[in-house]
Amino acid sequence: MTDKVIELKGLEKSFGENSVLKGINLSVEKGDVLSIIGASGSGKSTMLRCINLLETPTKGQILYHGKDITAGDLSLSKYRAKVGMVFQSFNLFNNMTALENCIIGQVSVLKRSRKDAKEVAMKYLEKVGMAPYIEARPSQLSGGQKQRVAIARALSMEPEVLLFDEPTSALDPQMVGEVLEVMRKLAKEGLTMIVVTHEMAFARDVSSHVVFMADGVICEEGKPKDIFENPQNPRTRDFLSRFLER
Amino acid sequence: MSFLQDVLNIVIKYYPQLLKGVGNTMLLALTGTVAGLVIGLLTGVIRTAPMSKNPVLRVLHKILNAIIAVYVEVFRGTPMMVQSMVIYWGYAFATGGKTLALIPSGILIVSINTGAYMAEIVRGGIISIDKGQFEGAMSIGMTHSQTMFKVIIPQVMRNILPSVSNEFVINIKDTSVLNVIGVTELYYFAGIIKRQSFETFQTYLVVCVLYFILTFTITRLLRLAEKKLDGKENYTVFGSQSDSAAEIHISKEAEVHD
Repeated sequence: MTDKVIELKGLEKSFGENSVLKGINLSVEKGDVLSIIGASGSGKSTMLRCINLLETPTKGQILYHGKDITAGDLSLSKYRAKVGMVFQSFNLFNNMTALENCIIGQVSVLKRSRKDAKEVAMKYLEKVGMAPYIEARPSQLSGGQKQRVAIARALSMEPEVLLFDEPTSALDPQMVGEVLEVMRKLAKEGLTMIVVTHEMAFARDVSSHVVFMADGVICEEGKPKDIFENPQNPRTRDFLSRFLER
Repeated sequence: MSFLQDVLNIVIKYYPQLLKGVGNTMLLALTGTVAGLVIGLLTGVIRTAPMSKNPVLRVLHKILNAIIAVYVEVFRGTPMMVQSMVIYWGYAFATGGKTLALIPSGILIVSINTGAYMAEIVRGGIISIDKGQFEGAMSIGMTHSQTMFKVIIPQVMRNILPSVSNEFVINIKDTSVLNVIGVTELYYFAGIIKRQSFETFQTYLVVCVLYFILTFTITRLLRLAEKKLDGKENYTVFGSQSDSAAEIHISKEAEVHD
């Protein structure tokens, strides 16, 4: 009970008449690497965006160390600094260089000095292999490079949990490789991660838990080995069939 | 030949007035454009701010939005020439005959008129910024105002600069309407010179050329500013062999990653 970093209780979200999440219960413990798989439109991304309150849940609770963030128990800004997010479309600040992208949040949210912030930013840009490109602007970088800078930006806040929203879906196969490599490294280091992904190999090999979602509900949940080798739910089996045949 | 001589004579004889006119026109256009931009930024930020959860602030915000909407419609929808008469003589009417100083009145009129256009330009600039920029900032915990001032407005400024220079050029020309209340800008002096020299065409030709020189110079200068705002086209890849400057510039980091 104590080790639950994030817990969703009866989470529901609808956009007008359209109900996207229909009661999600989920918990993530420290050090977990949770992969969320499922067809497009199953509510994976919406769920992830709810965790960071980029979408406001219609019903239910989101607990962070037992505190309900939807009830405003915690400052939103502080919470988001603790729960970082990496987007499919990178969302790097276009008016800043790679280094500034990693500094701005530390200075304005964590109130670090510019000097400290720069050191921290360099440490993480180094980690993702982007240190040589600190002076480049986002428009001058490739997709894979942008995503690695975006990961470094999120890491620079030294978050407890990192959310990945289809981080490789906008990339070509080679770039997918370089981003997944960084994510593997982070997983190995024990970072708590929630990853919405279509990269089945990553979900199978790297994550500690896999959740399969369909139509706004969690259909099946378990260890990657069980989900991939012996799926119980027919919908999971159907979804994974193409991948498993390979 | 005598025509050219006439033109030249006007320039030589009346250059103090012409220069004063140019100076005042530029003063009115520049301060009006800058003040208008400030009004535009303020209204743009207010209008795109998310509604507060606090009911009092919410109502206040809605009232402000309504005031801005009325302001924009009224000042975009009426000619600046008429606005200047209404404001200048309206003040005189309300105070029982007192009048405002002419140049400050001129600046006031141009500013609020430009502000109405800038409000729309800035609003358009803000909504054209990709939603991802806001989400990226929110995801690292930045507040709405931090996001606005550090991420969004700098990008908006770059994007609206062509429209802002457009407004500036329009103001250089359109401040000529302020002659109706007697503001001593370039066009006002043209009238004086014409009445003294009796050479109407020559006078207005000189003034025409002067207006063009002003607008042309300003457009070129602002174009340069745009290029400057775009930043460097190249970047240094640190640690690459081709760049010796890189190591000097970043000696501290160079130790970490060689």
